[in-house]
Amino acid sequence: MGRYIARRLLETIPLLLVISIFVFMFIHLLPGDPARQMAGLEAPPEEVQAIREEYNLDKPLLEQYFIYMKGLLTGDMGRSLKVKIPVSELIASRFPFTLQLVFAGLLWGPVLGILIGVISAIKRGTWVDMLGMLIAICGLSAPGFVLGLVGIQVFSVKLGWFPTGGLDGIKSLFLPSIVMGTGIMATLARYSRSSMLEVLREDYVRTARAKGQKESIVMFRHAFKNSLIQVVTILGLQIGGLLSGSVITENIFSIPGMGRLLTDSISYRDYPAIQGLLMIFALEYVLINLIVDVLYGVINPKIRFD
Amino acid sequence: MEKIVSLKNVCKTFPVGKSLLGKPTKFVHAVNNVSFDVYEGETFSIVGESGCGKSTTGRIINHLLAPESGEVWFTGKEISHISQDEMRPLRKDMQMIFQDPAGSLNPRMRVSELIEEPLLIHTEMNAEERGKVVAELLGIVGLSAKHAQRYPHEFSGGQKQRIGIARALTVNPKLVIADEPISALDVSIQAQVLNLLHRLQEQYKLTYVFISHDLSVVEMISDRIAVMYLGFVVETAPKEKLYAMPAHPYTQALLSAVPIPDPDRKHDRIILEGDIPSTINLPAGCPFAARCKMCKQVCLEQRPATKEVETGHFVACHQV
Repeated sequence: MGRYIARRLLETIPLLLVISIFVFMFIHLLPGDPARQMAGLEAPPEEVQAIREEYNLDKPLLEQYFIYMKGLLTGDMGRSLKVKIPVSELIASRFPFTLQLVFAGLLWGPVLGILIGVISAIKRGTWVDMLGMLIAICGLSAPGFVLGLVGIQVFSVKLGWFPTGGLDGIKSLFLPSIVMGTGIMATLARYSRSSMLEVLREDYVRTARAKGQKESIVMFRHAFKNSLIQVVTILGLQIGGLLSGSVITENIFSIPGMGRLLTDSISYRDYPAIQGLLMIFALEYVLINLIVDVLYGVINPKIRFD
Repeated sequence: MEKIVSLKNVCKTFPVGKSLLGKPTKFVHAVNNVSFDVYEGETFSIVGESGCGKSTTGRIINHLLAPESGEVWFTGKEISHISQDEMRPLRKDMQMIFQDPAGSLNPRMRVSELIEEPLLIHTEMNAEERGKVVAELLGIVGLSAKHAQRYPHEFSGGQKQRIGIARALTVNPKLVIADEPISALDVSIQAQVLNLLHRLQEQYKLTYVFISHDLSVVEMISDRIAVMYLGFVVETAPKEKLYAMPAHPYTQALLSAVPIPDPDRKHDRIILEGDIPSTINLPAGCPFAARCKMCKQVCLEQRPATKEVETGHFVACHQV
């Protein structure tokens, strides 16, 4: 297991390298000139040129990339063009907000989703099943920004229960957590239902009943645990999605997290900040996938890592 | 000899197709008016082609399915309509071996956990005692104690079925229902598993209900045989009588289809024409009438009653 994880971590190095090339090239394809942006629209051309030289923006793209990568290898992600502090510090200051949001969504989304899915499967064809799938369909069809805006209108503006934005204490986390968790809840409800239905048809479930095992144990030990194998895959992908989902949520609720930072940086053409953020997002995605793959081995004994 | 299982006029249907309001519109008549007795210590086989209701019958005995009508007696208790909670203690005496050895073992559980599960349900043994039973049973079915910590996918098909057999034997059942236990295995492995079943029967005084479509296997292992067609039992007889003098035209056709490993022996096969009638709309008369060479008018109009042509030899046919 340890060797497997080490090998997988080594494999992420070339992967991140390729991602860095793509990200770098695409950012520079964006129209707009960061030097002009920094100097201000009325600044004389010499001033713009001076800024361009200061930030190496006048060098060929390839050279810029190597300068950037050289810094990255020593842990230097560059300096933000907008706020003039190191990108690593900038991201570190925003990271806790996004982390809180992701956890707020993960706290209830997967649990409720799997619960709805499993109960719907066991009560297949009844009104319980229909209600569960209705909830799932609604959750899937409502985009995050609609949920967020409707939530603000109803619960903050009309009822005044929660603040309209910002992140300050549990109360302000409630509405963002709904936006973050709804999609994951709905997706997992549908996947765990179908996965559970598949497992319930397996012979070993019938065998367990024939042994005389209690129905609750048949459902949990024999059916549910086996149905998790598929659910974990989806869960991994969904958590990856949550990171990008934070972009929308943070913008709706004016939360100064990484997602908000990303949109701000893009509109300012803050190359080093965008680059740094995208690398961090990519790294998180890769790590989550690694965790999912390791989890496979834990829940599915057919998978061995050697 | 004591009757251990007794079926009386058992019927089972499954709903198919639903109206707009969710009410079933049609029914598959899987088991129709089936009656037979199984005596202690014998091997009672149920044979017939796919879809004839033999597996359904097995599951009714095991109370995995409840019949619509009729009675199911097991060790002197009528079990056809008792709840699963009432059935649970009885399952100690009645275990099942399934056709697909791979599918019937939970892939996430170790062999030791799979085999000891019935002990957890039905006995008060502690972990050490259970471990002993598991090791002993693995030895009995020709595996070894070191296999206990492995997972099912690490075994071959024959080995998996041995695990299934060991699992069925953990709680010392009186009756073992074996539903096509060897049809998923290679022929060479089939013989090994059959021998194992036979040895275990002598050792533990087991009663088998053996469900199979393979007549040569049934001939080897059975004491008495019931032949099923379209959910009806058409003939029940001791093995020797059934193979020597099959009375029902369907049994005759079935037996003539068994390959004989002798190239010189002349072989008169009875080739059945036509298809099996639908189990949704059962024929009004004899279920076999449409394909029977001896079919008369009465066969098309009336269900034949089951007659005892000789002691222990029952046939449902108008022509005998």
